[in-house]
Amino acid sequence: MEFFERFAIPHPSPVIYASMVVIALTVIAIIAGLTYFKKWGYLWREWLTTVDHKRIGLMYLISALLMLFRGGVDAIMMRAQLAAPDNKLLDAQHYNEIFTTHGVVMIIFMAMPFIFAFMNYIVPLQIGARDVAFPRLNAISFWLFFMGAMLFNISFVIGGSPDAGWTSYFPLAGNEFSESVGTNYYMIAIQISGLGSLMTGINMITTIMKMRAPGMTMMKMPMFTWATLVANLIIVTVFPVLTVALAMGTMDRLFATNFFTSANGGMDMLWANLFWVWGHPEVYILILPAFGIYSEIISTFSSKNLYGYKSMVASMVIISVLSCLVWAHHFFTMGQGAASNSFFSITTMAIAVPTGVKIFNWLFTMWRGKIRFTVPMLYSIGFIPLFTIGGVTGVMLAMSAADYQYHNTMFLVAHFHNTIIPGVVFAMLAGLTYYWPKMFGFMLNERIGKWTFWLLSIGFVLAFFPMYITGLDGQARRMYTYSEATGFGTLNMISFIGAGIMAIAFALIVYNVYYSIRYSPRDIGSDPWDARTLEWATNTPVPEYNFAISPQVNSIQPFWDAKKKGHVLFPDKLDKIHMPNNSGMPFILCSIFFVWGFSFVFAIWPLVILSTIGIFACLALRSFEKDHGRYISVEEVKETEEKTGGAKL
Amino acid sequence: MKLKWAVLAVFFTIVTVLTGCEPLAVFDPKGPQAERQASDILLSIGIMSVVVIVVFAILIYVLVKFRASKQSEDYEPPHMEGNPWVEAICVGIPVIIVAYLSFVSVQSNYIVESAPKGYEEQEPLIVYASSSNWKWHFSYPEENIETVNYLYIPTDRALEFKLYSNGPITSFWIPQLGGQKYAMADMITTLHLAADEPGEFMGRNANFSGKGFAENAFNVTAMSQKDFDDWVKEVKETADPLSKEKYNELLKPGHLGQMTFTGTHLEFAPPPEHDHGSSQTDSTEESHEGHSKTVDSEENHSNHSNH
Repeated sequence: MEFFERFAIPHPSPVIYASMVVIALTVIAIIAGLTYFKKWGYLWREWLTTVDHKRIGLMYLISALLMLFRGGVDAIMMRAQLAAPDNKLLDAQHYNEIFTTHGVVMIIFMAMPFIFAFMNYIVPLQIGARDVAFPRLNAISFWLFFMGAMLFNISFVIGGSPDAGWTSYFPLAGNEFSESVGTNYYMIAIQISGLGSLMTGINMITTIMKMRAPGMTMMKMPMFTWATLVANLIIVTVFPVLTVALAMGTMDRLFATNFFTSANGGMDMLWANLFWVWGHPEVYILILPAFGIYSEIISTFSSKNLYGYKSMVASMVIISVLSCLVWAHHFFTMGQGAASNSFFSITTMAIAVPTGVKIFNWLFTMWRGKIRFTVPMLYSIGFIPLFTIGGVTGVMLAMSAADYQYHNTMFLVAHFHNTIIPGVVFAMLAGLTYYWPKMFGFMLNERIGKWTFWLLSIGFVLAFFPMYITGLDGQARRMYTYSEATGFGTLNMISFIGAGIMAIAFALIVYNVYYSIRYSPRDIGSDPWDARTLEWATNTPVPEYNFAISPQVNSIQPFWDAKKKGHVLFPDKLDKIHMPNNSGMPFILCSIFFVWGFSFVFAIWPLVILSTIGIFACLALRSFEKDHGRYISVEEVKETEEKTGGAKL
Repeated sequence: MKLKWAVLAVFFTIVTVLTGCEPLAVFDPKGPQAERQASDILLSIGIMSVVVIVVFAILIYVLVKFRASKQSEDYEPPHMEGNPWVEAICVGIPVIIVAYLSFVSVQSNYIVESAPKGYEEQEPLIVYASSSNWKWHFSYPEENIETVNYLYIPTDRALEFKLYSNGPITSFWIPQLGGQKYAMADMITTLHLAADEPGEFMGRNANFSGKGFAENAFNVTAMSQKDFDDWVKEVKETADPLSKEKYNELLKPGHLGQMTFTGTHLEFAPPPEHDHGSSQTDSTEESHEGHSKTVDSEENHSNHSNH
């Protein structure tokens, strides 16, 4: 009995019991559905074992959207609790768990897979490659992320959610103050999915460095590819720091080491430093690909080439370097002294310069263009003013003496949502709408899309701008309640209304998908937006080999040149195509990782040892496996090309 | 310079009016440190508003002027590479703004990290502010008294807060007197403040520290030096002495009302070493102390459960 007690929720509530029932019913429904429609084989062959970058991209996308709703529910519960003073909707413990999981889910299990979805789907197409450099590693990356996400998400029904904030500062996150297994989940689940991110980093860098189409020099790469390259360089630089920090935190919690304890020579601020050495570059890992997507969209819908290509590239490289030199601005108030604060204050403000260059370049891209107000373009246009406000408040926060007043307040919360939502979330929704026809062969409805954009923007402003004011009035973040005397009530109510409007907007996205599946026309061709880069030069739906013939690249926008200037994109003849084989190994390996993680969380050591052996056995088996891939014959390619909308041969 | 202050005044008014006339805590400073921070904040709001307005203006112009519906069907937008002059301006102006703000920021850093302006000559009043889940303990070593969850301070006198924590990292913050600073378990941090006028202010822990975080606040009352001295005298006459046992009881997780004691806990439960970059021998000593402290509290705990 004692063995099972630890799986109980330390702090149960009706909401959690309801979630348990819903989760159980969903699992049963999925299993029953798959069995009834005899889809197990299809699922295994086409998805679980796939190494195709496009399918992996789609799986990232679906996971990210699911996590967006999971994190969104957390958010709306938080805003509801704070909508009125002395509200009793949630208690302190429940609120703490919710803001912790909201942060982790949104950053690590929503934003990261969302950008990985686009990197996976778009980058090989943009550079004219057949797949990523290491397709099987790519599948492992995805399944590691997926298992990490699942492990994190079961925490609230088995054993309890983490409750020490998404930053999980020690000693609060240590055993003394966080007794439940929640923080173990945090340490292990992020560790597993972080390993996946690190592998994606290596994979993407190799892909971009080695697999570009003939003629595509570095300075002829599309902006999204550049952004992906820079973001993945940051991933490879900083994710090892997170890996080490999480390993140390895990050891503190499970093996009684003293890295971050306050006694016995440990140092609690070491965690804060290591966390933000990863954490700050992490936000640039998210925002740079978003910038890349905006660059593609703004250029396409202005019917103009991207202004200042070289300075766009240079500014991203500068941002990536600076992003690793600013971490201490997350704790100016730690007491490290005026000199140290001045250094980090200046480096932080310096980031505003390359970012400003990008904003102006987007504006000049539209200058003398022919601007079409499609849904992706609306998000990009909405992004510019809203992100500018988020950016300038960032400069304000960078003034370290003034930050003593902003730190830990709702002003800070307003600032980072003001950069992440218009910056990353808008970009993801813009990218989703923009690339949807390439992924699925039909467009999302424009009318519903425009409604979504406006609701989301208005909801965003209502939800987050009041926080700037309450922050300056002394409302600290992460307070589960406040008294009426503080006078924060009205503005928090406005925030709640804004959050509600945003929730409606997100629901509209789901409705739009449903509506468009039913009613959107399917005969849209392969280039519905009149775009400029290679991903639009292949057929829709994209054949598994992407391009029947490797494209020949002459400029930054080869497809545009092919359409307008008679550039010959596919000069070669058809040949047989070499492709990688599917493999069940990544899924099996990562499932064992899930078991490993789960048993680690609950310190079930026999199972930890068994699953560790299992992981190494998988690795060993792989090293003895001879798999040289397969060839698609010329006839097969011809057949596919005819079927998918006529080859441009 | 006049223009700058005019702009600041306008923004100050707007911000005030927007929030129902009562000034926001941060914009209602009652001490030199908070004043400096408020003026930095207003200055940056002013400059940043200009940046925002410029971006908005260009964006609106571009969107109105170059939208497809206003142009002829066969208009072909030109191919435009970057222009070195345009880009030099786009780099140059932000560099100037950032350089200016950096200059102000560095200056302010040294100001807020030293004795408040106008109080440099004075001997500061030293108060040890230590947090425990989820309370604040204020020890006045010179006066030899201690309070829980409320703080009395004299006006027109430099205050030097020595901060540390008996648990998670907390952050000591009195918005109207000045910005916050962390209190940690393994080192002491110093926060310089001063109050220019008497009044009551809100103070709190701003850094999330677990379940009781929201209520981890305290009241601050600033009064004249004479009133302060009277209060100290009164405490000494009426309050109970703080014993080791009593203090260990206070440390237990929970919320307490306001309390007053004579004597401080600093004698029997000394704060952590000042310098966190301490030498090897120092840190071993510290660890012994930390260890014995936990043993103490455990003993205390078991004693209580026996009762």
